[in-house]
Amino acid sequence: MTQPLLEVRNLKKHFPLRTTFFGGAQGVVHAVDGVSFSIAKGETLALVGESGCGKSTVGRAILRLFDITSGEVLIEGRRIDDLTAGQLRPLRRRVQVVFQDPFSSLNPRMRVRDILAEPIRNFGLAASDAELDKKIADLIEIVRLPGDSAGRWPHEFSGGQRQRIGIARALAAAPDLIICDEAVSALDVSVKAQIVNLLQDLQRQLGLALLFISHDLAIVEHMTHRVAVMYLGRIVEMGPKQAIFATPRHPYTKALLSAVPVPDPEAPRNRTILKGDVPSPINPPPGCHFHTRCPVAMARCRIETPVLRDHEPDHSVACHLYDAPTVGSVDG
Amino acid sequence: MTITASLPAAITARDHYAAAPDLPDIHLPVRVRGGVAGFVFRQPTVALGLFILAIMLVLAVFAPWFGTLDPTALAPAKRTRPPSMDFWFGTDAFGRDVYSRVIYGARVSLVVGFAVAFFASAIGLLIGLVSGYVRAFDSTIMRAMDGLMSIPPILLAVALMALTRASVQNVILAITIAEIPRVSRLVRGVVLSLREQPYVDAAIAAGTTTPMIIKRHILPNTLAPLTVQATYICGSAMIVESILSFIGAGTPPMIPSWGNIMADGRALWQVKPYIIFFPAVFLSLTVLAVNLLGDGLRDALDPRMAKRL
Repeated sequence: MTQPLLEVRNLKKHFPLRTTFFGGAQGVVHAVDGVSFSIAKGETLALVGESGCGKSTVGRAILRLFDITSGEVLIEGRRIDDLTAGQLRPLRRRVQVVFQDPFSSLNPRMRVRDILAEPIRNFGLAASDAELDKKIADLIEIVRLPGDSAGRWPHEFSGGQRQRIGIARALAAAPDLIICDEAVSALDVSVKAQIVNLLQDLQRQLGLALLFISHDLAIVEHMTHRVAVMYLGRIVEMGPKQAIFATPRHPYTKALLSAVPVPDPEAPRNRTILKGDVPSPINPPPGCHFHTRCPVAMARCRIETPVLRDHEPDHSVACHLYDAPTVGSVDG
Repeated sequence: MTITASLPAAITARDHYAAAPDLPDIHLPVRVRGGVAGFVFRQPTVALGLFILAIMLVLAVFAPWFGTLDPTALAPAKRTRPPSMDFWFGTDAFGRDVYSRVIYGARVSLVVGFAVAFFASAIGLLIGLVSGYVRAFDSTIMRAMDGLMSIPPILLAVALMALTRASVQNVILAITIAEIPRVSRLVRGVVLSLREQPYVDAAIAAGTTTPMIIKRHILPNTLAPLTVQATYICGSAMIVESILSFIGAGTPPMIPSWGNIMADGRALWQVKPYIIFFPAVFLSLTVLAVNLLGDGLRDALDPRMAKRL
């Protein structure tokens, strides 16, 4: 197998919870607790899970917006998590980000031209001012913004248009991977479809890889190649889109998929409703994090942490149900 | 018009609908009144504030040309005269012309107000930026600021004045020290919220260095609230200066300031209220003008409001 574009190995990020009078830490939030995955060039991996499960933290850790607690982040086999800020800076060009909120993701005091020029200048991608202007004009065209956008302020645009500016800024660095952190969640349905299609077009044209962080399974099914399901800081199931959506294995994935709205009121539904809330990531339950809400939990789940391992080729699950060849008593 | 522009550049409406005539814009441009009249019409409070402040500035700068006498010249024969054509605001217990003293007193108030606003903002900005950006210093700096803030600014200024001799420079220094904690707290709060903004994260991802992030993304968005705060500090510094002078801990008695004019009139205020009345009116008007200006600036410095000013 060729070398993946991005590889994340056993990533952990713990946030100190509260600081005392002079800055000492008390308690730790286990936001991401041992996550591993990889993304090939031109591939889309969707990271799904409910709020607070750590999906955004994974994205921000890859961007190195903070130092990770442990683990490794590699771009084309090169570790980037232990580089100094200065060493990392030129490599930052390869991974860019599009955020959820189209309003707070653009500096209100910068014109569109300056917003787009920032990464181009930082990475030295334009030799002259004329080339810079040309690149900015191209970016505005590629994300289908009005031709006169460059001289305008962010507040003159609608939410969907601002998200296009955010995408143009990410593209300005000519990246290999774009992390879309809930990039379409804040948009209304028609605009959402436009942005999703734009992202897919760009992926095809430019060979971009996408890490698509989302809780919207309908959109994920539409645009991703592979899916990783997260629960409380860990990946519980990962595989190709077809496998995850057609034959989910992990009880949590099943519950998550059964919660997707079906646009047919007559359709027979066999919903798995989870009881209770997500446990606190400050004191995650021992063993399998999901055992407190799992409909098929066993005694072993409370003690032993299941490992993510291949169930079928490329389709891995972290669940004790699938450890033994066949247990039989549990219906799938 | 916008429909044409939002299509891919290769296909414009003109290619498809060559026969379509050019239609006039639906939204006809609204005629905006320009010039001074338009400004007064759109921002009456700012205009009023600027107007009063401009008068005070002119009075202060050109005090000798406004029919003033020597504000320190004693004339025991003419003491405590009521307002008249000769002495517009009357004379005080030493026969000094209150009008001249009030006009010259504007100099002290304006200098103290502007100087304190400038120095407190500049130093507070620096402390706030360091505190908001260098986490290691944050708690220590902020605990020190909390300590300073726990003392009322007037008491702190009185205490600082007690350590040194009375002069306008020392008054400025004392009030500046008393105002710094509020500015640095404000700046720190703004910086802490700004550095969590997604556009700052995007700039980090785009390879912008920390000094450039502060310059490009943090500072410009800090200046608007800071400028507004500076105007309020200016007003409050004028009041504190007057209080210090009133209790005799501020501007030395040789230099007329609104505070010590009022102090001179204090003993006589029940029988000769005009001595205390005129400086008080000037002080109130000036502080009001500065605050009106601050409110206007808050709106004007918001880029979303930029069109309106």
